[in-house]
Amino acid sequence: MNLAVRDIRHNLARFALTAVGVAMLLMVVMGMGGIYRGLIEDATLLVDKIGVDLWVVQQGTRGPFAEISRVPMNLEDRLRVVPGVRSARAFVSHTIQREHQGLPLRMVVQGLSWPDDKGEWLPLVAGRPLRSAHYEMIADTLLGLELGDKLNLGRDTYTVVGLTSGMLGQGGDGLAFFTVRDALAIQFDLSSESIRLERAARKSRAIRQDIGKTQPFLIERAQSASASLPAIPRLMVSAVLVQLEPGTDPEKVISTISAWGDVSVHTADQQRELLLKGTVDKARRQIGLFRGLLVIISAIIMSLILYTLTLDKVHDIAMLKLMGARSSLIIGLILQQALLLGIIGYSLAYYLGQWIFPGFPRRVIIVHEDLVSLGVIVLIISVLSSLLGIWKAMRVQPNEVLS
Amino acid sequence: MTESAPAVEAKGLTKIYGSGNTEVIAMRDVSFELRSGEVVALIGPSGAGKSTLLTAIGLINPPTSGAILIDGRVVMEGPVASVDVRAYRRRYIGYVFQKANLIPFLTALENVQLALEINDVPARKARSRATDLLEYLGVADRLKNLPHMLSGGQQQRVAVARALANNPRLLLADEPTAALDSIRGRQVMELFQKVGHDKGAGVLVVTHDQRSLDVFDRTLEMEDGVLFTRPRVDP
Repeated sequence: MNLAVRDIRHNLARFALTAVGVAMLLMVVMGMGGIYRGLIEDATLLVDKIGVDLWVVQQGTRGPFAEISRVPMNLEDRLRVVPGVRSARAFVSHTIQREHQGLPLRMVVQGLSWPDDKGEWLPLVAGRPLRSAHYEMIADTLLGLELGDKLNLGRDTYTVVGLTSGMLGQGGDGLAFFTVRDALAIQFDLSSESIRLERAARKSRAIRQDIGKTQPFLIERAQSASASLPAIPRLMVSAVLVQLEPGTDPEKVISTISAWGDVSVHTADQQRELLLKGTVDKARRQIGLFRGLLVIISAIIMSLILYTLTLDKVHDIAMLKLMGARSSLIIGLILQQALLLGIIGYSLAYYLGQWIFPGFPRRVIIVHEDLVSLGVIVLIISVLSSLLGIWKAMRVQPNEVLS
Repeated sequence: MTESAPAVEAKGLTKIYGSGNTEVIAMRDVSFELRSGEVVALIGPSGAGKSTLLTAIGLINPPTSGAILIDGRVVMEGPVASVDVRAYRRRYIGYVFQKANLIPFLTALENVQLALEINDVPARKARSRATDLLEYLGVADRLKNLPHMLSGGQQQRVAVARALANNPRLLLADEPTAALDSIRGRQVMELFQKVGHDKGAGVLVVTHDQRSLDVFDRTLEMEDGVLFTRPRVDP
């Protein structure tokens, strides 16, 4: 006769409420694990999806994911002629926040190296890759844009021609893909007044300097567009991504590029590692610690619940002992209830999570390994938390029936 | 009634609670024997030591000194048990108390069945025997009722069925009718007489109810921890 099941059946409402409480707690533990996974996945998604071999960044920096990196766009051309390099393309990435239809719209602007990269590698769920060097964009569905939507960014209007799914930046914002030129135009967009002021300042500086006084023609040139002035540097990109020829020894290429002195080279794995150990490391450690705390709290709460359930049965346990019941029967009663509470709580947590997590603003990724490990943890917690109740039950004396 | 073997013997039982100034002697050198099939009442004022004697021979509350023998075997010498008392309680002793103490989440049938299963009786056989016992005690129509659905008298009958489930050598009852009205109280006392004589168990009933003493074969009386025999009262 299974006493645990009969006791639960008798106090079904109480047990169900307790199980729901435990489930909510376990769902939070599960969710924290999912947020942890989501953080890692979001952080490394771009590096993984782009799938290049080398990241060439500003000398002495760790690349755009760790700090500001600026390299000239013509670095692409220099890299293309290095033996073993199959392709090189500029990488531009920055986050902007604008208003769209009265709501804030935050996105990671990602540059595609047109015309080599039109975004064919992107996981499109609708629309098409870029077909024009300007004014087209591919947006992630998270941004809430539709195909054909027009978006004013800076001085230009961009049309959404493609939609991706699950393409997020490390901050959890959706990615939007433009040509590198457009991405830079968005990044360095200045108002007409700013341009006029800058030109006036340039003229003023030229007038004050000796070269301006001796060569008045320069003062007039200083007021013209930046693009026509060779002394003003061209726009910079964050990095240049290199794809190697099959069979090429990466070390050899790295050695060649590293010798240039104005850039540093990192492999894709190093960039990934950099992301995990750098940008998201503290966040993931914090979540990991918080998750650990939640597991401990769950164990304590389950212990108290089972202890209370045992206290409610002290008289019955005393009667069982009086009747000569073996300790195994009484231990089984408490242990089975603990395991049932854990298993039902865990199952409920899983189904509640499947229902609730998709509504979270950031991705909550529940992977099989995490489910298995949490399942094992729940079983261990169930057994450990029943120990307090078992300890109490073992101390009950049969003569307590008389009290 | 023919002379039968003693179901239980108590020899020189003494129970002392506390020590020094707080010492209380609850039972003084109590000796008696209860034969199989014999139905005995134990009466006396509150604090006389009746329950102490009952729990001592029921292997619940060990005496300070003296010996307890069940079926001729010493099971307790002073506070030290010479057998597995839990196994002895399971196999040889049945208990009924003032409150029925039924397991609240088990039906009447399951309460009795559990006592059998605890004693390793297979579930199907236990169920059948439990049903027979409840029929014997007149609560066959309440098999599937939980304890809270039963009247006090019905609960007590189920408790008696549970106590009898393993054919105990000894049935101990502590104020079993205290919570019942006089008619139901008498019915329960007669039930003890019936099961004692029918089933051959030695039955010792602690009671305050002087009106039902006629159903007992013998009456023992305790006062200030001392046991003495009372002459039989004929109706």
